[in-house]
Amino acid sequence: MTAPPMSHGADPNSVRKVVNVQAPQAIAWRVFTEQMGTWWPLAYYKIGKANAVDAVIEPHIGGRWYERGDDGSTCQWGSVLVWEPPSRLVLSWDISADWQYDPTLKTELELRFSADGSNRTRVELEHRHLDRFGARRDEMRRIFDSEGDWGRFLEAFARTAEAQ
Amino acid sequence: MTYAEQAFDALGDPTRRAVLKRLRGGARSVGEIAEGMDVSRPAVSQHLKILKGARLVTVHAVGTRRVYAVDNWGVESMRKWLEGFWDEALTAFKAVAEREATKEEK
Repeated sequence: MTAPPMSHGADPNSVRKVVNVQAPQAIAWRVFTEQMGTWWPLAYYKIGKANAVDAVIEPHIGGRWYERGDDGSTCQWGSVLVWEPPSRLVLSWDISADWQYDPTLKTELELRFSADGSNRTRVELEHRHLDRFGARRDEMRRIFDSEGDWGRFLEAFARTAEAQ
Repeated sequence: MTYAEQAFDALGDPTRRAVLKRLRGGARSVGEIAEGMDVSRPAVSQHLKILKGARLVTVHAVGTRRVYAVDNWGVESMRKWLEGFWDEALTAFKAVAEREATKEEK
């Protein structure tokens, strides 16, 4: 089964996804937190200068979340805010190289793992506080009509996804 | 580069984030933005140009003044980028988790 993760929730300042995994909760948790480097799309997201070869979460509150480069260098993405194995994880994600110095621009990533029988796990993801990127949406006026550009943007995504 | 990538790049700079923060309170002219900041007016203009290129900022005329405001288009493009990013990441995560589960069954 390779149905894409479902999207739901209408809050424009967060991204929510749910994915159902055919694996026990302990394994889903372990793959997410200990083996992130095996699935994280490093081609899409990394911030260091070196080629990133791994993504690591230090398993405790306050632990660092970082990428490791092929030259041994590390580059921090964020840190662990909540660590409740094997069910809940909250990370701060600073997204851009030096955002960690600006707490008002931190986004937050919450993961909830729940068992659905002994061999299935429901994983819910919420990436929130995206409004910290800029102004609150409801204060905004759109000046440009963006439909055309959106279409192209999403198309490019679809192509990349299909090429995988 | 997509607008989303340009936006992420643009916000990698602390001065540009400061500029954007000032605009959250409402539209302002270059002079008003530069007031009380540690950077010169021309430098602020340069930053505004980059923010405008990433569509995080718009400019329009109010009488004889040019006034800058936050353009949510860039913010929205980052959100869309993240939507696609998470689809990709979670699909890959699911595949690895299921492979691991199969391995342990054996």
